Amino acid sequence: MKLKKLAVAAAAMVALGAPAMAEIVFPSLSYRTGPYAANGTPFADGYADYFTLINERDGGIGGEKIRLLECETGYNTEKGVECYESTKGEGAVLYEPLSTGITYQLIPKASADGIPVHSGGYGRTSAANGAVFKWIFNYPTNYWYGASVAIKHILDQEGGDISGKTIALLYHNSAYGKEPIRTLEELAKKHGFNLTLLPVDHPGQEQKSQWLQIRREKPDYVLMWGWGVMNQVAIQEAANIRYPMDHFIGIWWSGSENDVKAAGAKGDGYKALSFHMPGSDFPVFDDIQKYVVDAGKAAGAGDQIGTVLYNRGLYAAMLAVEAARTAQELSGNTRITPAEMRDGMENLDMSEEKMAALGLPGFGPAFKVTCANHGGNGLALVQQWDATAQKWNVITDYIEPDLEVIQPLIEEDSAAFAAENNITPRDCN
Amino acid sequence: MPEQFLWAMEVMLNGLMAGVLYALVALGFVLIFKASGVFNYAQGVMALFAAMTLVGLQKGQVPFAHLINTIFGTDVHKFGWELAPWLAILLTAGVMVLFAWLVQRFILQHLVNQPDIILFMATIGLAYFMEGFADLMWGADIKTLDIGLPQGVNAWIDETTFNLFGYGFFIDNLDIAATIVAALLVVALVLFSQYTKQGRAMRAVADDHQAALSVGISLRFIWVMVWSVAGFVALVAGIMWGAKSGVQFSLSLIALKALPVLMLGGFTSIPGAIVGGLIIGVGEKLFEFLVGPHIGGATENWFAYVLALIFLVFRPQGLFGEKIIERV
Repeated sequence: MKLKKLAVAAAAMVALGAPAMAEIVFPSLSYRTGPYAANGTPFADGYADYFTLINERDGGIGGEKIRLLECETGYNTEKGVECYESTKGEGAVLYEPLSTGITYQLIPKASADGIPVHSGGYGRTSAANGAVFKWIFNYPTNYWYGASVAIKHILDQEGGDISGKTIALLYHNSAYGKEPIRTLEELAKKHGFNLTLLPVDHPGQEQKSQWLQIRREKPDYVLMWGWGVMNQVAIQEAANIRYPMDHFIGIWWSGSENDVKAAGAKGDGYKALSFHMPGSDFPVFDDIQKYVVDAGKAAGAGDQIGTVLYNRGLYAAMLAVEAARTAQELSGNTRITPAEMRDGMENLDMSEEKMAALGLPGFGPAFKVTCANHGGNGLALVQQWDATAQKWNVITDYIEPDLEVIQPLIEEDSAAFAAENNITPRDCN
Repeated sequence: MPEQFLWAMEVMLNGLMAGVLYALVALGFVLIFKASGVFNYAQGVMALFAAMTLVGLQKGQVPFAHLINTIFGTDVHKFGWELAPWLAILLTAGVMVLFAWLVQRFILQHLVNQPDIILFMATIGLAYFMEGFADLMWGADIKTLDIGLPQGVNAWIDETTFNLFGYGFFIDNLDIAATIVAALLVVALVLFSQYTKQGRAMRAVADDHQAALSVGISLRFIWVMVWSVAGFVALVAGIMWGAKSGVQFSLSLIALKALPVLMLGGFTSIPGAIVGGLIIGVGEKLFEFLVGPHIGGATENWFAYVLALIFLVFRPQGLFGEKIIERV
């Protein structure tokens, strides 16, 4: 009798479980609370809204509905790992940690569990080497490419010669903030500029010492690797010491509306890199309005649409959907597994035509992922804040990074990681 | 004058100004600890909540708008008014008084005679509740605080020092404003505690709860009053720090800057908070200037605590704290 009951219960569980298996599960390790909530919220909204759009407009990916599992990390690495552990059993096919610290912790775990991680524009830079980091992807760009693009922009501004110039790096004193140092040191050797390093401790609310030093030493350019309140205070302090804003360039995590609005008119002219377009002047946003916002299904209040960080979340979701679609095509299954999702990511081809067909023409750079290259082509553009119009203007085309300098660094760092972790690099030929 | 000396002078002056901002946060801790023996973990969040309320009221933001819109399917965000800064500050002060009453009525009243650690833990709970409540009430976006405070380099000091030494000192107008406001606040607090009936009652409670109760002083009233004053101090700190960075959730972390000040100045002394703030401000800035470049920089956060620890070793009660003598 007991066995019979167990069998019935098991059958019922399988039957109940079946619809859940038919979904494609994307966990979202978001942070809508804590000191970085103002940045985490728009990204999480964009990420969620795009999946909602795909469900509502297209009925999911290849007929499979997307189930978004949002887990609050508070931008705290321990909580991020807890989120990973608590959601991976739900059939998660991809993790988007939205934190370099969390990404670092998930690299060994996700690799062991066989679940891909996407850290687009953040995380461990050398994860671009797919031969070593089989499960980790950071396309379309990473911090080292970003550092190189910033220097290339400065070269453009200075007529191709920056020898003898001084460039200061104001950075969040964390694994994230320290990422570009090695690259900038190599680029300093190549181009003959002097590099000054100015670390800022978390959270970055007090930066008087750093800006007094900038005022004294008058570097020709200041690059910023900041996050959260550090960005707002830095831009305010730069304005206070009357540092020329068009010589102050932030990485893409220091280039949202949140970062410049607090400085008011004085933030005018500040520059930042980006790997996608700002604004909502793309056809997909009409669909977001119709199927998501007007239908009352938006993740937030709907007031973040078109902001830099909302667009970044939307872009990450779009890349996840296209990778899942590729995975379905490759495997012939609509109910993809994490391993099939990984294959899809490794064969992702984001062409201009594909982005135009998705209602996002020219929104991000065209790139192709391969076994050896999980990092995309590293293209980034420069945008500049217009305080009067309260919007970012894109002032350059997509700029290519200096692969001659970056590629050996990626090879070196990933080889060290492989040696430390007894990983035999895959043969990608 | 040698350039290095002038720069050190500039750093020291800026350290003094930064110290005033730290002291502003520390003052709130001191007030509550002095009157009730509670280390108020929620002081930083109170500054955040007060600043968010100020901006929300000033800009006519509908509180709990997201919640209201979700439940009722409405689309309300703004009342459509913009209040004068003084009126918004006054209304926010009123909100902080209401907050103080609620804390007394629903938390402190139930914890009378409980060990200090229980009261401390209650304030931890209060801090996290308030953070979530503030998020629900005003949203997590960064708000621009604009109440007409001056910002940017003080041109007069810049020019005068340039004419005198050939190098113009940078002093932020906002820091000067914060110093003036802090000075006024301290004078007002001293006058209040020395020359008003309520102030004397507050000091009596701080000295001995039981004795104060026996002469008819209402402990509940004093607690509401002290938390209200601490709420007002939090509002001032929130304004000054919020003007620098915009009003956002990281504002609650300014409490971290007050801890070394309290360790150094003592938990029970208003002058201690001020002097402690100045010593920490100058000490950390000069250390960063002189030693920081040789050891990789970013020394301020930890050096403030080293400085506080050194003082603690020689004066465990802090520079101005009262020595605790317990008779057996």
